[in-house]
Amino acid sequence: GKNEYDLLIIGGGSGGLACAKEAAKFGKKVAVLDYVEPSPQGTKWGLGGTCVNVGCIPKKLMHQAALLGSAIKDAQHYGWNIAQPVHHTWSVMAQAVQNYVKSLNWGHRVQLQDKKVKYFNMKGSFSDPHTIRGLTKAGKETIVTAENIVIATGGRPKYPMHIAGALEYGITSDDLFWLKESPGKTPLVYYPFILHLYEIIVYISLTGSSPDVSLECAGFLTGIGLETTVMMRSIPLRGFDQQMASLVTEHMESYGTKFLKRCFPTKVEKSESNRLQVTWKNTDLRTEVTDSFDTVMWAVGRAPDTETLNLETVGVKTNSETGKIIVDASEATSVPHIYAVGDITEGRPELTPTAIAAGKLLAQRLFGQSSELMDYDNVPTTVFTPLEYGCVGLSEEAAVQCYGSDNIEVYHAYYKPLEFTVAERDAAQCYMKMVCLRERDQRILGLHFIGPNAGEVIQGFALGIKCGATYPQLMKTIGIHPTCAEEITKLHITKGSGLDATVTGC
Amino acid sequence: QEAAKYEKKVMVLDFVTPTPLGNSWGLGGTCVNVGCIPKKLMHQAALLGQALQDSRKFGWQFTEEVKHNWMTMAESVQNYIGSLNWGYRVALREKNVTYENAYGEFVGPHTIKATNKRGVEKLYTAERFLIATGERPRYLGIPGDKEYCISSDDLFSLPYCPGKTLVVGASYVALECAGFLAGLGLDVTVMVRSILLRGFDQDIANKIGEYMEEHGINFIRQFVPIKVEQIEKGTPGRLRVIAKSTKGNQIIEGEYNTVLLAIGRDACTRKIGLDKVGVKINEKTGKIPVNDEEQTNVPYIYAVGDILQDKLELTPLAIQAGRLLVQRLYAGATSKCDYANVPTTVFTPLEYGACGYSEEAAVEKFGEKNIEVYHSHFWPLEWTVPSRDNNKCYAKIICNIQDNERVIGFHVLGPNAGEVTQGFAAAMKCGLTKEQLDSTIGIHPVCAEV
Repeated sequence: GKNEYDLLIIGGGSGGLACAKEAAKFGKKVAVLDYVEPSPQGTKWGLGGTCVNVGCIPKKLMHQAALLGSAIKDAQHYGWNIAQPVHHTWSVMAQAVQNYVKSLNWGHRVQLQDKKVKYFNMKGSFSDPHTIRGLTKAGKETIVTAENIVIATGGRPKYPMHIAGALEYGITSDDLFWLKESPGKTPLVYYPFILHLYEIIVYISLTGSSPDVSLECAGFLTGIGLETTVMMRSIPLRGFDQQMASLVTEHMESYGTKFLKRCFPTKVEKSESNRLQVTWKNTDLRTEVTDSFDTVMWAVGRAPDTETLNLETVGVKTNSETGKIIVDASEATSVPHIYAVGDITEGRPELTPTAIAAGKLLAQRLFGQSSELMDYDNVPTTVFTPLEYGCVGLSEEAAVQCYGSDNIEVYHAYYKPLEFTVAERDAAQCYMKMVCLRERDQRILGLHFIGPNAGEVIQGFALGIKCGATYPQLMKTIGIHPTCAEEITKLHITKGSGLDATVTGC
Repeated sequence: QEAAKYEKKVMVLDFVTPTPLGNSWGLGGTCVNVGCIPKKLMHQAALLGQALQDSRKFGWQFTEEVKHNWMTMAESVQNYIGSLNWGYRVALREKNVTYENAYGEFVGPHTIKATNKRGVEKLYTAERFLIATGERPRYLGIPGDKEYCISSDDLFSLPYCPGKTLVVGASYVALECAGFLAGLGLDVTVMVRSILLRGFDQDIANKIGEYMEEHGINFIRQFVPIKVEQIEKGTPGRLRVIAKSTKGNQIIEGEYNTVLLAIGRDACTRKIGLDKVGVKINEKTGKIPVNDEEQTNVPYIYAVGDILQDKLELTPLAIQAGRLLVQRLYAGATSKCDYANVPTTVFTPLEYGACGYSEEAAVEKFGEKNIEVYHSHFWPLEWTVPSRDNNKCYAKIICNIQDNERVIGFHVLGPNAGEVTQGFAAAMKCGLTKEQLDSTIGIHPVCAEV
């Protein structure tokens, strides 16, 4: 028989929704299935996917809360008289963030409605290549058929199952943003006549070297006044430029986050005082240590959400190691008419804007007579740690590996944001570098920037790199004064020269 | 500093004629002492005031009443500037550049007379000369202006809080100053003769004005002051300003603690003996016309910076022009300063970054049907939680349809506009087209991805 829908999308996140809305523009009959399996701790959320609910959005807002804490300190140097004590209340922040996220959930539902996209709050699985079985929370079943199906179910945080107590006692990013109460202890009563601040009596442990999530969370938790420890087995920010990664963690250390490097936990238990007791091994010192924390958060990577999809029934191939769905350059899976976009796909960056772009282009190819494929090269990104890191293009290591160290030139500079001067802030890790090809026109292969507003700084340069920007072109660009970004247009000291790379603004 | 690299014997004469109120400063020029640097720092102080308000919505708690202390800020800013003055002197010394704190003027071919603070005169000769004397704020030419009004030359080192302030002018200097003064909690009024930000995209200029008005700054439009009187002496004192309408005979009066004039700047070219060596200047504006190698009509005399005719008055441009000039003179380079697509940012409370053509200029140059304007309002994520304006931030790009939809104008109104605009300016230098813009992935969540 005829399929009910032209397009059915499983997963209402960044990729899925973008694809659905784009397809609807072409007058196609589109449906979206979205379902959130509660986390082991019981956390769940509405339509919008990871980014909106437990990713980019709440993360950046909490990062902003932490930045504002620094702003309060800076403000005093700039003449603002703020009587102590200054303290942060988790529940005020969490509620404000959660309310905003809920407004986004609502907004997405309205948008789907406006665009006449059918929304099912159901968990989908394949019955055959054109048939999806949807299951509601109550167990009610609905069968939906579609000409084309897009899998965009994203991923969920992994648990280190080999560690005793990990599942029962630990939380993940899925839970952190929805906590109603602070992950740290706060006094039950606040005595107004005691001028001294309440003590920060919290320990949070994050483990694993998984991208930015752990560092970003540790960063803002520290920033709002919680005592935070990051435990990692090997290197932070794997996959990113390692020089930049170490500057980022160096800054976090001076900012107050504790790091337990080359350590891994072996078990988590509950103590009599209801705190969590974590035991870990230090691989360098070959010691075993136990200490108490209020909260343990795991950030050991994300696993693609494919388990309950029934992919084997229809023959959609996945990568045996990662579990992610294998797609070609047009986002097609191994089964005709079945596609995949977003975090679920193998070999793609796990980023919202790429998922959105890929979803849109896919819809345009399916229904809009377009043949434009997604370009995954030179995708800019930013890690929102207390001192932000933005980058686009190749890391220095990747460039060396690709072209050979003789064929690349690295321009770099340590700079000081003007706003740090009066605020008396340390700018030791404010650093930027540009990796260029040595030959001919000196094309820019990669740009890395650590400093305030790194995302804003890098975005425009990413455009330039898309246009094939060369070092001379950047040097011809006049800087905007006074900004941090202008230092990029003034980069002239090479690593090769061995000269001191500290530059002064004016 | 660039010339010294090529082992040339270089001398720099720098002298600051005190303001009518007696203010002066050290080495470094306008930007360092009475321009970009103190301006941005005070703008930052104002932004931090806003941040304090936002922070409560993000869970931070502290006393309801938060007041700003002008002296603390002014002192910190002046200390920083002092360190820059010092840094420049050290840098010149290290590079063997002779520095004289003296007022220079031409007395004959290849000869300059330098007069120091104490009136001692010395003569110097050189093979080549570079005029880079910049500008100073203009006065209204009305009774009481020089005696009672201040300018940006005085504001950043004012040893007392300016209090209730009237800002006269609609230049970016006027709006930026009005903006941060209001942000620090002061009662601010801006008196505008006609339009805001002449020369800038007017659609955006009006949005900036609107935003400032909505945030407590009063605007008195189409009036000019005709007299300033002192009611009471003090720090600050009290002044009466009498103003006349530009459209009729209406007269209004107002009382302020401080009157800040920001009606424009005049080139410092009238009293440096240019007539003695035959350097032509534009008699009306005082600016010096140069060719595309920054050379005046006298072959051995060059000029850079704010005094140049028809060039943008910006620090980075002056620096670039100066460096490239020297490289051409002494290092055999041929690169000329590229004055096209120079980006700039106005640091008003809602910042404005721009590069390329304004919409009006684009329409005039290319014709309305040959350009396409893409635009969007956006709501910075950081503004959501504190419930700040959701329809004020704005971005637009102007494309030339006939040239592959090349981006010829970029405008963004929002936080960190300078940081956002810089990279786009670099991309425009690479010939950015709309298609390339569309195919570039955004960083999420930042304002720049819009």
